[in-house]
Amino acid sequence: MRKTFGDPVAEDLRFVVKAVVGEENFIDMHPNRSNNFCCGGGGGFLQSGLPDERRTYGKLKADQILATKADYAITPCHNCHAQIHDLSDQLDHPWQTVHLWTLLCLSLGILGPNEREYLGDDLKDVDVFHPESSNM
Amino acid sequence: MADEAIKLGGKKRSVFIDKVKEILPEGGNLNLCLTCGACSSGCPATGLEGMDPRKFLRMAALGMDEEVLSTKWVWMCTMCTRCMYVCPMKINIPQLVFNARSTWPRDQRPKGILGSCDMALRNDTCSAMGATEEDFQFVVEDVLEEYQEAQPEFAEMLAPVNKKGTEFFLNQNSREPVTEPDEMVPLWKILHLVGADWTYGTKGWAAENYCMFLGDNDAWKHIVEVKKKSVEDLGCKVWLNTE
Repeated sequence: MRKTFGDPVAEDLRFVVKAVVGEENFIDMHPNRSNNFCCGGGGGFLQSGLPDERRTYGKLKADQILATKADYAITPCHNCHAQIHDLSDQLDHPWQTVHLWTLLCLSLGILGPNEREYLGDDLKDVDVFHPESSNM
Repeated sequence: MADEAIKLGGKKRSVFIDKVKEILPEGGNLNLCLTCGACSSGCPATGLEGMDPRKFLRMAALGMDEEVLSTKWVWMCTMCTRCMYVCPMKINIPQLVFNARSTWPRDQRPKGILGSCDMALRNDTCSAMGATEEDFQFVVEDVLEEYQEAQPEFAEMLAPVNKKGTEFFLNQNSREPVTEPDEMVPLWKILHLVGADWTYGTKGWAAENYCMFLGDNDAWKHIVEVKKKSVEDLGCKVWLNTE
């Protein structure tokens, strides 16, 4: 988002995230905005068959996320989601990695039981929309 | 012990960096490096394959084409452009990396990226996972119907396919329809609640474009053109790509 449309548009997205999770629950990582680091999922890295190098690259991002002590990292696209999810996986899941649409629908009370693949145990059963429709 | 010093001299032998300069606006500023190292100090790929952005640029500037065009590092730089952002001279190192990728013999580029590009070229969906037009339409309609019934508040929700003249043409990453279709639904709900006028297209619906990452310019162009044509044929006003 930031890379394609610039910092001002990314700022609009910060407004959305804060509205969804609550201002007090939003933690920006450091450095941020255009000084932030790429997670290492993009540019084809995930498909390049170089997992060790990709994870070494991603250590900077993992350390950034760990420093926030946040329980959830919100990712804007599939490349980022897959990479940041994998970085968390390598560390035995210190954080959950979610798409923004998941949190938007959760905050609106319309997130069903089968749309919670990436929520952690803390939110898995919170405010489930039509729990009877679970296919588990 | 340090590596042996690089000896320069003789006739200028570089062609690669000059070629890249020719195709970039302002030559990508590729000859303006102050060697400050701001690029490398903030690059997550620094150190991989014994390479970093400054070293890569300096080697190209010194005409060390053989090394520059053979290092696997070009597949470890994600071309995120942070180096260019912090560079006092705004040097386009990412484009130098991209063009280095595109000089590799096609069959020697990373198999995963190559396979994903080739799969996307197989049909007009542009899906890197090979999902066909019929597959995609079936999954979307099947999942929609299931949710319209299971969650009655969304009985009127739509996920149109090939609807003409909508405001938005929405792309979809192949991963959802192919491996986790339930993940498509939250976005549909949001679009429904805000009253967005949108559609998918059976042609060009896949959001990903691995041909770009592969450094295959012709294939990249082809994929973008197929998608563009699909948006235009449906007469949609805005093409939304979620990748």
